[in-house]
Amino acid sequence: MSVEHGVFIVLSAITLVGAWIVIANRNLYRAALGMVLSFFGVAGLYALLNVGFLAVVQVLIYVGAISILIIFAIMLTRQVMDREVVQRNSQWFISLLVALVLFGVLGYTLAFRVADQWAVGGSGLPEKPIEALGEALVTTYALPFEVASVLLLVALVGAIVIAREK
Amino acid sequence: MDVPLSWYLLVAAALFCMGLYGVLSRRNAVAILMGVELMLNAVNINLVTFWRYVAPEAMAGQVFAVLVYTVAAAEAAVGLALFIAIYRSRDTVVVEDIDLMKG
Amino acid sequence: MNILDDLFVNIGQWWTNLLSDALSLPDGAVTMINGLIGGLILALLGVVMVLILTYMERKVFSRLQDRIGPNRWGPWGIFQAVADAIKMLIKEDIVPDNADRLLFNLAPVLMVIPAVLLYAVLPFGRRMVGSDLNVGALYVVAIGSLTAIAVMTAGWSSNNKYGLLGAFRVIAQLVSYEIPMVLAMASVVLIAGSMSLVKIVESQPIPNAILMPVSFFIYMAAGMAELGRSPFDLLEADSEIVAGYFIEYSGMKFALFFLAEYINMFAIAGVATTLFLSGWNWPILPTWLWFFIKTFAVVFVFIWARGSWPRFRIDHMLNFAWKFLVPLALVNLMVVALVDKLLADAGMWARAGGLLVSNLVIIAVTLGVVAWAARRSRNAKLQAIAGAR
Repeated sequence: MSVEHGVFIVLSAITLVGAWIVIANRNLYRAALGMVLSFFGVAGLYALLNVGFLAVVQVLIYVGAISILIIFAIMLTRQVMDREVVQRNSQWFISLLVALVLFGVLGYTLAFRVADQWAVGGSGLPEKPIEALGEALVTTYALPFEVASVLLLVALVGAIVIAREK
Repeated sequence: MDVPLSWYLLVAAALFCMGLYGVLSRRNAVAILMGVELMLNAVNINLVTFWRYVAPEAMAGQVFAVLVYTVAAAEAAVGLALFIAIYRSRDTVVVEDIDLMKG
Repeated sequence: MNILDDLFVNIGQWWTNLLSDALSLPDGAVTMINGLIGGLILALLGVVMVLILTYMERKVFSRLQDRIGPNRWGPWGIFQAVADAIKMLIKEDIVPDNADRLLFNLAPVLMVIPAVLLYAVLPFGRRMVGSDLNVGALYVVAIGSLTAIAVMTAGWSSNNKYGLLGAFRVIAQLVSYEIPMVLAMASVVLIAGSMSLVKIVESQPIPNAILMPVSFFIYMAAGMAELGRSPFDLLEADSEIVAGYFIEYSGMKFALFFLAEYINMFAIAGVATTLFLSGWNWPILPTWLWFFIKTFAVVFVFIWARGSWPRFRIDHMLNFAWKFLVPLALVNLMVVALVDKLLADAGMWARAGGLLVSNLVIIAVTLGVVAWAARRSRNAKLQAIAGAR
């Protein structure tokens, strides 16, 4: 049990506790803050995997933008009896069973059946990972990159038009 | 790289199942969107872990993860704009009350 | 001068040797202890800077207004910060009736965290940086966007509709000014070739403020808006939405909000120094002294701006960000990229001259466009008045 194992367990605990707050808390605002905690845990996991760029981008996009959007939406769509509204719908028991069964199947498969089937290692990260990523984005993967920018433009215009006051 | 690959995948699977439960069992539309974001995060952890452990010299995994971020951001923006528009016309975002296109 | 320059590095080295040789601790434990102590020192540095900054702000601001400022506590009023702290501590701590207690208490803490986190990547001297991340500039942007969550929590948990409205306006300001800030930083990263703050400092024999004055102006304006200082201080304005999002806070929690603002001010001034004024990279004096001198100069400019200009209205402020700064920053980025690519093989001075000339051209064109637009709208108004007669 090296230090890396310990750090991994702490970060996974933060992630899963945050997710637990999201799905179990009746107060929507606290659920949103639990989601922020979970995003930080995931960013920590990326940092542990030595992919610092994705960790910072995770914080920037998820915590800095998407969480703020969701919090705004919670505040702008408040109902009068917000605290007393039941948050679970009528099919919650079935969905709990489904989620548990899915986790059981996935967990069993991952932990016992296919644990070491992939050739681990490759040849290490490139020396300048950010330059390599930038180069890949504009040479090999230029088409997905351009399509993603068009998608963002469409989403931007669409969101403004939909949410506009008529 | 002490931590075995399967541990990361287990955490991603747990996060995915929690997001799934959140989507299926909540009544508020914004809470459902939060569950969807959790699922997207789990998928991203999966992608990045596989890329890092199996083929870190090719940039495909990281590009894939960056594109998933882009799509998640676009989807959250449009989804929330839709919720706000629905709230303006129906005065509720509880999904059980807006499941008919009439009225 | 090298002894003085390396003073802190040597002290750190002696301490590490003490831990690993004299007490013979394993390497991992030494790293962890050093990390914890380093973090503590950086956080304390932030708080100590607040003492100096509050005094500096009140004195400079009052001199700009032709008055003396605090001069009762201690010679020249240097213990005023202590008096303020005592006042904040003995005030009653009120929690509103229907407020969410956990979130209400959590919000000031959430506000201080991103401010202190910024100190981890500032290069204070030649080899004195908390953590040399290879994505340092992006880290600064990401941490800056955490402040919005804290403001939202404060506004929401007060259970007060004026507080909520104040929080909405502050979020609009913070989010709008992130984009010009990122674009100005992007042009610096482009020139330096790396996102690591240490490498950016090392690549500036000539400060970037001279190479790219447009980026410097955009960054300073966006930085003032991110801090919530005048002329962008909509929320502190007592005549507007009665103190905005922290209307319900009193005592120590209010003190934490103020602390967060000043820690943030020093951190953003430090980032501006690193990116644009070539950090610690000047000769003769020890490098950490240069860093502090330059950062205090930037803070002085912030206070000077506060004392000189009236406050913006919210629609003016949003127009300024989206209709002026964002297009200017985009054009600047494209021109800088083009010029840098064209002059990549020329010497250092040719490159610097080319960038400076292109930036002056951008400034001239911008001023021309703004003057033309203002003249056109003035003529239209005169026409309307003449036509209505």
